[in-house]
Amino acid sequence: MRDEVIRRVRGAVAALVLAGLVVAPWAVDDYTAAILARTLALGLVGVSVALLTGVAGMPTLGQTAPYAAGAYACAVLGSQISDVGVVQLAVAAGAGAVLAALTVPLVVPARGVIVLMITLAIGELVVTVLGRWRSVTGGTDGLAGISPVRPFWGLPVLANDQARYLYTLVVVATLVGAVLLLLRTRFGLLLRAGRDDETRLRASGHRVPLHLSGAHIAAGAIAGAAGSLLVVAQQYISPADFGFDTSALLLLGVVIGGTASVGGALVGAALVIAVRDWLFGVLPGHAPLVLGALFVATVYLLPTGVNRVRGARVRLRPPTAPPSRPDAPAARDHAPVPELHA
Amino acid sequence: MTGLLSAQDVSVRYGSLAALAGVDLCIHDGQRHALIGPNGAGKTTLLNVIGGSTKPHRGTVRFNGRDVSRLGPAARARRGINRIHQRPAVFPTLTATENVVVAALPRVIRRRGWRPGGRRRAAHHRAGPLLEQMGLTDVAAVPAGHLAHGQRRQLEIAMALAGRPRLLLLDEPAAGLSATEVGRLVELLRALPRAVAVLLVEHRLDLVYALSDAVTVLRDGRTLAAGTPDEIRTSPLVRQAYADGVS
Ligand SMILES: Nc1ncnc2c1ncn2[C@@H]1O[C@H](COP(=O)(O)OP(=O)(O)O)[C@@H](O)[C@H]1O
Ligand SMILES: [Mg+2]
Repeated sequence: MRDEVIRRVRGAVAALVLAGLVVAPWAVDDYTAAILARTLALGLVGVSVALLTGVAGMPTLGQTAPYAAGAYACAVLGSQISDVGVVQLAVAAGAGAVLAALTVPLVVPARGVIVLMITLAIGELVVTVLGRWRSVTGGTDGLAGISPVRPFWGLPVLANDQARYLYTLVVVATLVGAVLLLLRTRFGLLLRAGRDDETRLRASGHRVPLHLSGAHIAAGAIAGAAGSLLVVAQQYISPADFGFDTSALLLLGVVIGGTASVGGALVGAALVIAVRDWLFGVLPGHAPLVLGALFVATVYLLPTGVNRVRGARVRLRPPTAPPSRPDAPAARDHAPVPELHA
Repeated sequence: MTGLLSAQDVSVRYGSLAALAGVDLCIHDGQRHALIGPNGAGKTTLLNVIGGSTKPHRGTVRFNGRDVSRLGPAARARRGINRIHQRPAVFPTLTATENVVVAALPRVIRRRGWRPGGRRRAAHHRAGPLLEQMGLTDVAAVPAGHLAHGQRRQLEIAMALAGRPRLLLLDEPAAGLSATEVGRLVELLRALPRAVAVLLVEHRLDLVYALSDAVTVLRDGRTLAAGTPDEIRTSPLVRQAYADGVS
């Protein structure tokens, strides 16, 4: 009954937000529409962070890596192949997936805070490469003057910020819908089960590393697709778009949105990015400080915050917290139990 | 004769402590084999070795004619070794039904022709009757983290059965259960098809004698005695061990 009410309210809120997003470009100026489009792209990266952090239990600071791979693949390669948006999206998603697949051996065997450190290092490495590989990426100057796209064969080129924004919105909505569907499948169920208790999942005969690799690659593809949207929204990219601060903000946004909720992640990530852009205007130079304070507050105040990083995985506290178990499989069965009254 | 499972010369050390010191165990097809012994005897450790979650320092485990010593728990589960843990291990944020579905998935058979969600549906079909058998139908939609201890244990048994085991490892399945639940458990174990062999660790000797057709007694990581329930019941050695174990 209460669940039903909550579901209805949530549905109503989602519908309102969506309606607001659709009419937004006519209510704001061009500049703001462009910013909104970029924010939506980052929200989509936030969705990929939530998929890994909240659903699969692999907290990540490295989703800027496939995001960057997608953006540069789209700008350098995709725009040469075709000016059709969906083609560029596919190229970008493929690049993100390939990068994610390459880093699977580093990320998937790791657990807990180690994952954060490894993914952070991967993200930083990618930014460094982008800054150095001038012949292809334009170095720290970035790539400008990327030719505009048409969403689909036969459609007109996206000529203004409103059109680019709406294109971004449609793609983000479609991909978020796809992720929500994916999470309702067997795959989503197994990811949640592994987040709850990986050892138990293995004991049932599941190939846990395979699920985690799949999640990592899927999240890479989503972030890569978001990279293509960034190219459309800004028509300019540089390594500064993919720095550590972006990863940290995305993780913060996802935590605020409730790590396991895809819609929450989208809204949370978009909100945090919007706050940053706004603070950048009103408090020049102090934005990192304010966001740092926000981060600390979030970690301590929110029930689903990253302070749940303990033992093996980030986990949501189960409704009635069962006694926390030691994670070493051998140690699990050695609670002192009263025994042998024979 | 090797039987369904044979563990040979298994030794496990924790620092200077020998949790198991050269234990042999053989379980035949369809056998109900009980493993008893005082607290700290090494029963759970032996189950861990058979299930693959603890690597022994010495010794081999053969299952169904193959050496599985090098396989991890997941691979052994896929070959038919399923277990329940001394502390019920369930997925707390998943509903009871989802828990059983997850446990059933590795062994559901793909029907001819692919349809989206087909395997999951097949696993769902398996879950319903198992939950009913364990008396969990009313809480099928409740997250497992909300369940009482006894219900979680029942749920883990349903999960173990959902994996279509050839060998079921039960680590004190009756601990913490109410009298009704114990009754249901005994009934269930009695009704298990003979295609399933059971290795039962249990300290309630009435259950052991009621359910098993072979008993192995461990003490301090060694096999103290092995035989039929009647032989064990009358063995002075075993009585002595139990008297010591309690004191
Ligand atoms: N992970 C572990 N680390 C250290 N000692 C352990 C560990 N697991 C078991 N032991 C020790 O090994 C012995 C056998 O334990 P166990 O197999 O749990 O006995 P049982 O299940 O028969 O009560 C005990 O003395 C126990 O303390
Ligand atoms: Mg034990």
